[in-house]
Amino acid sequence: MTNYNFAYLNEQTKKMIRRALLKAIAIPGYQVPFASREMPMPYGWGTGGVQVTASILKPDDKLKVIDQGADDTTNAVSIRKFFKKTADIETTEITEEASVIQTRHRIPETPLSEDQILVYQVPIPEPLRFLEPRETETRKMHAYEDYGLMHVKLYEDISQHGHIATTYAYPVEVEGRYVMDPSPTPKFDNPKMNESPALQLFGAGREKRIYAIPPYTKVVSLDFEDHPFEIQKWNVPCALCGATHTFLDEVITDDKGGRMFVCSDTDYCAKRRAASEAAE
Amino acid sequence: MYVAVKGGEKAIENAHKLLAEKRRGDTQVPEISTKQIEEQMTLAVDRVMTEGSLYDRSLAALAIKQARGDLIEAIFLIRASRTTLPRFGYSKPIETDRMEIARRISATYKDLPGGQILGPTFDYTHRLLEFDLEESGAPEPALESDAEYQHAPHVLDLLSDEGLMEAPSQVPIDKEPGDLTRDPLSFPADRDLRLQNLARGDEGFLLALGYSTQRGYARNHPFAGEIRLGTVEVEFVPEELGFPIVIGEIEVTECEMVNQFKGSKKVPPQFTRGYGLTFGHCERKAMSMAQVDRALRAEELGEDRIAPAQDEEFVLSHCDNVQATGFVEHLKLPHYVDFQSELELVRRMRREQEPDHKEAAE
Repeated sequence: MTNYNFAYLNEQTKKMIRRALLKAIAIPGYQVPFASREMPMPYGWGTGGVQVTASILKPDDKLKVIDQGADDTTNAVSIRKFFKKTADIETTEITEEASVIQTRHRIPETPLSEDQILVYQVPIPEPLRFLEPRETETRKMHAYEDYGLMHVKLYEDISQHGHIATTYAYPVEVEGRYVMDPSPTPKFDNPKMNESPALQLFGAGREKRIYAIPPYTKVVSLDFEDHPFEIQKWNVPCALCGATHTFLDEVITDDKGGRMFVCSDTDYCAKRRAASEAAE
Repeated sequence: MYVAVKGGEKAIENAHKLLAEKRRGDTQVPEISTKQIEEQMTLAVDRVMTEGSLYDRSLAALAIKQARGDLIEAIFLIRASRTTLPRFGYSKPIETDRMEIARRISATYKDLPGGQILGPTFDYTHRLLEFDLEESGAPEPALESDAEYQHAPHVLDLLSDEGLMEAPSQVPIDKEPGDLTRDPLSFPADRDLRLQNLARGDEGFLLALGYSTQRGYARNHPFAGEIRLGTVEVEFVPEELGFPIVIGEIEVTECEMVNQFKGSKKVPPQFTRGYGLTFGHCERKAMSMAQVDRALRAEELGEDRIAPAQDEEFVLSHCDNVQATGFVEHLKLPHYVDFQSELELVRRMRREQEPDHKEAAE
């Protein structure tokens, strides 16, 4: 792939994306329109994240790519290979080692540091989209900080179900101003966004939007005083590493209703198992 | 025992090998060449160039071969390749008035300056399978006219000379047209951006929308004022020269629809325009595009916006098939984590509805 520029995109395009990134960092949670390019993977498969990663990557970076928390899911493998090929960059599966982590649907269980950037792939960046399909309307609502519709939706959930019936892409308020979609991460991961030492960048390729949470920014999940925000809990530990504080995936083991629960973060789970084996 | 979805890397590699095998098909059958596609699948090539937004017949043919004939996949390949190309600048507007015409018809006048020229068309063929084509065979040569070439003015200009047709929209000459491949689309969009969006848009989607306007959803009866197909010169002004030079010829299809307009407070009753333009020979697309362009002018002409085809945000946001296919097909990607969250919620809600639970709560 020597015919391509470092990390596929040409330098003008990267500059354009970096400008959008800088604006996004300056206005936390605000969706910055950008001239998203067609990438060699389909829209909806992480083109926004890939463009952000391509624009910030340096030759000495170490890249980790996860999908559903796992390094070995097919799309994560495919994106990692893409950057290996076009940027000849070092990759890793170990969270602590990575300087850039591109993710779909999860935040790693291992706490991130100031030296790390987390890049999210975002399908629908607009938290109000399912309440109001028109971009012309939702942009106005953000401009006027008019989030009544969202609060009504959450309230209706409570009056109907007794609790808020949103489990992923759970809306957050960033630094007291913009309501933001955390991408379809489970709400379990929302608290990790708050005051994170790592820079968090969000890329939505098809919808042509970039947004960001700078390090140490206040990120609050929307809730009510009498119905405070809660994260999911499992009543069983991870069947592989025994963790009781992680997000668990359910795995069907047979056709007789047998199932087990395992960590969705494969790197974290493997590390815990290695540690307990070493201790024995 | 728990078997994780390990070995993704190997699986992908093997899937790609299998794909290459399937693409080739039975090796006893001679392999199709990109040149053959370029020459004998011309309308597929034209569609891929139009919706791929890149005029390059041989690349389009390669994309069609690589995509196993899946044209949306081929369009996608062309778009992705287009991303990597540097941009030198913008050509001068092409002059379809000076087109070297291969086909030109008008449904509004029986005869007109420049004449009606049928050209290569499926129109008036009987759609009967020609079993002779299973064998190869040289077609009978078509007769060539020895009539002198006549300049063919645009039909709509003839109407506007009489004052019955609205003037073409006047864009200030120094106004740089928008480019949605360089700036994200925002709403409301001007007509230049709408036309660019429609030109890249999916033929099927535009066909259905255009069709809907004929069936009462934003009805305003269209006439095919003119459809012309032919080659035009592309001129470019290199900075170092300062004057235009011809850098090549392209084949385009242009459609101008004539639509009724009852008039409004500001404008007397007259005919209005819808415009369609494609690379190569994409007549169905050009006609549909012209219908949808006209429907989208509702706001400008003071018409009620009541139908999907008139809804700018709905049409422009959904007519790109590369975006659409990507997002629909992304549902194939794993969603374990979100699904797990939903599973937990549904189980909890069911538990809460169980009678014991209710009593306990009461």
